[in-house]
Amino acid sequence: MVDVHLRGIVKRFGKTIAVDGIDLDVMDGEFIVLLGPSGCGKTTTLRVIAGLEKPDAGRVLFGDKDVTYLPPKDRNVSMVFQSYAIWPHMKVYDNIAFPLKIRKVPRDEIDRRVKWAAELLQISELLDRYPHQLSGGQRQRVAVARAIVVEPDVLLMDEPLSNLDALLRVKMRSELKKLQRKIKVTTIYVTHDQVEAMTMGDRIAVMNKGRIQQVGTPEEIYLKPRNLFVAGFVGTPQMNFFKARIKVSENNIVLVSDDFEIRLGSRYVDELLGYDGKEVIVGIRPEHIYLEKLVPPTVTEKEVIEGKVDFVEALGSDTIIHVSTGKNILVVKVSGSHHYRIGSNIRIVLDLNHIHLFDKDTEYSILKR
Amino acid sequence: MMHESNIIKYYVRRLVLAGLVILAVSWIIAPFIISMLYAFTSPDDYYDPKLIIPLHYTLRHIQTLLALGVDKAIMNSIIVALMTILISFALGLPAGYAFAKYVFPGRDALRLLIIGLRMFPIMVIAIPLVTLYMRLGLDDTLLGVALAHTAMALPFVIIITSSIFAGVPKELEEAALVFGLDRKGAFLRITMPLALPGLTAAAIFTFIMSWNEVFIASVLTLTNRTLPAFILTSAMAAPDFIKFAAGFIMVVPAMVFVFIARRYLITMWGITLR
Repeated sequence: MVDVHLRGIVKRFGKTIAVDGIDLDVMDGEFIVLLGPSGCGKTTTLRVIAGLEKPDAGRVLFGDKDVTYLPPKDRNVSMVFQSYAIWPHMKVYDNIAFPLKIRKVPRDEIDRRVKWAAELLQISELLDRYPHQLSGGQRQRVAVARAIVVEPDVLLMDEPLSNLDALLRVKMRSELKKLQRKIKVTTIYVTHDQVEAMTMGDRIAVMNKGRIQQVGTPEEIYLKPRNLFVAGFVGTPQMNFFKARIKVSENNIVLVSDDFEIRLGSRYVDELLGYDGKEVIVGIRPEHIYLEKLVPPTVTEKEVIEGKVDFVEALGSDTIIHVSTGKNILVVKVSGSHHYRIGSNIRIVLDLNHIHLFDKDTEYSILKR
Repeated sequence: MMHESNIIKYYVRRLVLAGLVILAVSWIIAPFIISMLYAFTSPDDYYDPKLIIPLHYTLRHIQTLLALGVDKAIMNSIIVALMTILISFALGLPAGYAFAKYVFPGRDALRLLIIGLRMFPIMVIAIPLVTLYMRLGLDDTLLGVALAHTAMALPFVIIITSSIFAGVPKELEEAALVFGLDRKGAFLRITMPLALPGLTAAAIFTFIMSWNEVFIASVLTLTNRTLPAFILTSAMAAPDFIKFAAGFIMVVPAMVFVFIARRYLITMWGITLR
């Protein structure tokens, strides 16, 4: 068990910069998720930590030990690969036992630990089989068993669930998380699936274009996105964005969009004084917009907007209503089933306590919370 | 429900297919059977125009060839073929691995050049090769023939092994690196076992190429003839049935080798790699 520190990691492949200066501190026993779209450098970062790639700049520390130039085998890390990378010429037992054999662990100790790992992942009855006789989910379990059997200092997982079908993925999600809690190994988990990130991570590092955009608990990432990218990447349906001009008059702030005005009153005056007359990007999540007739009493600061129903997605448990306010379309998520004729008038309410404002140029969040 | 004309169509199609298969198989197998048959035919039966399938059989032709020293030629051929496999794999395997797993400047150009080398007509270099070999003391030696055969087989060994190694997923080796092996260990314990069926195919190919090669072997050797060179110089002036016997001796060891190696070729570990 060990804490992991990345200091200014840079990795280039030819002319493309895959990782562009990453600093990250992972605490001992923590489950941290690297979340980002494909090509954002998250897998490369993971491979640098594993030692499969040497960074062009920066250092990797395990505890206070510099492992930047150590080969993977001397780092005591384990990895679960996206394609599982189970060795096809070995039986399941030998696959799991192989890392122990290399470490010259005594035979009965190997047997004990292989059986322990197999039991933990419920694959005890598969030990005699060859990998090609297993289903995708079973192979996945073998890969995880092999990774934990060596009791690694750091467990690395590269989109381990992305090749499983949807139902199995949900099941493995909670199983992996429970397993990690049980064995308390420092875990770095790469995924592009925000639901996986939100449900599994103690903390999430959102990445884009080779850089970390924000590190925080799932709640922080969700409620206080630091910039436009994080706000847009996390959450389904995606956060609504529209442009608005800020008008400050006598400590009273109004956001003027193409279609409507939002009166913020005297809140955020300090942050927004400098933006008088400037255009900003307003963000609000679909679940923070309500139907007027269904506004819960907890919503104290609100703005009512009129629009027309543009499109309705009935999901059973939720209904997603696309509301056209003129030039903009706001997506509203309400729980339960609701029936609306397309084109009919609708009145929606924005919860102003959950409104986000982003600088148009820097894309950083303006409001401090 | 099947219409009557459809049934007829179906059987006609089956019949045509069967006919084509029989034609293709007999194309290969008929000469083989004929040479096997005549290799053991008594001379009287062979020259009897009324007999298509001979009635009397003898081992005399084989014995004649043995008296001429065909056993030594067979041994020479086997030694040369095995040496060729050894040397061309020692050189070609690392090259094939490099082509498959590493990106380096000039990779594609080099690959093309290697194939291009194979297009170079061997006749052109035969005489310079002989003079070179005489200076090196390699003329009329099995090693000399094996080296020449290596030069001919190497491009194919490199191309084939590189495609075999490319077929072994990179992650399998990386997993080995993460779980405690160095590069050499990962290659020997993960990549090699997985590549074995494909490598066997490459070995068969090399063996047969060397076994069949007659031109260079005849030019470079005098007393240490390989089998094809021996047959060319000693059996070709003999009666036809001796030639058939020589042909039979040529084919059998190669068949045995392919038959043994074939088992490794098709499947291993229950998976098939190219």
